[in-house]
Amino acid sequence: MSATPLKATPLNSVHRKMGAKMVDFGGWDMPVQYSGILDEHNAVRTAVGLFDVSHMGEIEFFGADAVALADWLSTNAASKLKIGQAQYSGLLYEHGGFVDDILVHKVADDHIFICVNASNQDKDFEHMRAHNPTQARVEFAGQRYAQLAIQGPKGLATLQRLTATDLSAILYYHFTSGEVAGVKARIARTGYTGEDGFEIYIAPEHAERIWNEVLNAGQEFGIKPCGLGARNTLRLEAKMALYGHEIDATLTPLEANLAWIVKFDKGDFLGRAALLKRKESGVQRKLVGFEMTGRGIARDGYEVLLDGSPAGWVTSGGPSPTLGKNIGLCYLPAGHAVPGKQIQILVRNQPVDAVTVPTPFYKRAK
Amino acid sequence: MYPADLRYTKEHEWVRVEGEIGTVGITDHAQKELGDIVYVDLPKVGSVSTKGQTFGSVESVKAVSDIYAPISGEIVEINELLATAPEKINEDPHGEAWLVKIKIGAPDEIKQLLSAEDYETYVGAETAH
Repeated sequence: MSATPLKATPLNSVHRKMGAKMVDFGGWDMPVQYSGILDEHNAVRTAVGLFDVSHMGEIEFFGADAVALADWLSTNAASKLKIGQAQYSGLLYEHGGFVDDILVHKVADDHIFICVNASNQDKDFEHMRAHNPTQARVEFAGQRYAQLAIQGPKGLATLQRLTATDLSAILYYHFTSGEVAGVKARIARTGYTGEDGFEIYIAPEHAERIWNEVLNAGQEFGIKPCGLGARNTLRLEAKMALYGHEIDATLTPLEANLAWIVKFDKGDFLGRAALLKRKESGVQRKLVGFEMTGRGIARDGYEVLLDGSPAGWVTSGGPSPTLGKNIGLCYLPAGHAVPGKQIQILVRNQPVDAVTVPTPFYKRAK
Repeated sequence: MYPADLRYTKEHEWVRVEGEIGTVGITDHAQKELGDIVYVDLPKVGSVSTKGQTFGSVESVKAVSDIYAPISGEIVEINELLATAPEKINEDPHGEAWLVKIKIGAPDEIKQLLSAEDYETYVGAETAH
């Protein structure tokens, strides 16, 4: 047994009381499932699901240079954000590889709020502090927030019962300050499921009560508490990247099909020179989606064969509950990372047929 | 909970002995631990299993889990139902969703398997961790 105790969210005892199956997720004791991954996945696609994502980290920038710092440290154009707008972005090393993928929120001209991955939060904070050429104050804020995700077509109706804020007025990737069940909350129309929904940030001491209030509010829609298992199948169908899988320190946004979050024309930023060089010389490999055509399930780390020879690896793979197919994402030599290529996945030493396909695998009807 | 007419392994398989045939499946505890089962890989009829060796796998949404042969012998039948309805393992692990039938090659191995009572104690201790 590892000597390091697992970290726990403010809802840990609630998950245990409610009978969730708990796992060690990057050092956090988290629910992997409640009623079952398929059941929870389907609840989010057809109704609404509630996730405890309080393990995610938060880092805040304060001061007149807050936006300038976000612009320097991240690949997307933070300077283009309006107050109340959020943006998916990359946090890169100088060599162009990912420190993390992050969600940048502009709270005010002198206040940037960033949501980062749980297992990267300490590293991210150190990186931001070490590469801050401005007067902006960088604060680690993980302990200030519990985060709940209310996701699915009935997410808005569920949350609306608990707040006076007109949720339909919050556009996708926008947020506002308000109250949920009488508690101060940052309410963002964001998510990691490919569905409409909200992520709310509240003080940890209110987490348990708000969790229960949301479950009550969503009861008539068939709300389900959900674990990280469903979160993963949902994000894979929506082709959203997961750090340590599609992206890591050795991969840049250019390989990961995330060129859209890199704004070369915004001025200099950390990692820009390396990215530009790589863009000009051309990337060697690229991320592409695939579907199994033979019998078998591709899993993270499996080898990918092209004409019988090793050519890449699976970054995420598994069954797609919505499509009823076995899907995955993999890295292939750039010229081959296009839809319609016959490939094989090495499943326990057996090559199994697959074909590359367009992504996302799932897109919700607007 | 665990049928008394079955014998069990610490790897969470069960065996029902009828004459010279042992029917093999995974236990209710195993299916609960795995969660939603979506795929089953079984050995070919006519192949020979060796006690303790991997002879197939069961996959849930989340993960792959090896199945270990609880006894040695020739595989004489596999449960074709599971190719199209692997979720039956979640629904009826000790009954309809058996995995394979093995022609018992070493009858002595049967005695080494756990009784329902011993298995239940073992599982109880394992879950209490």
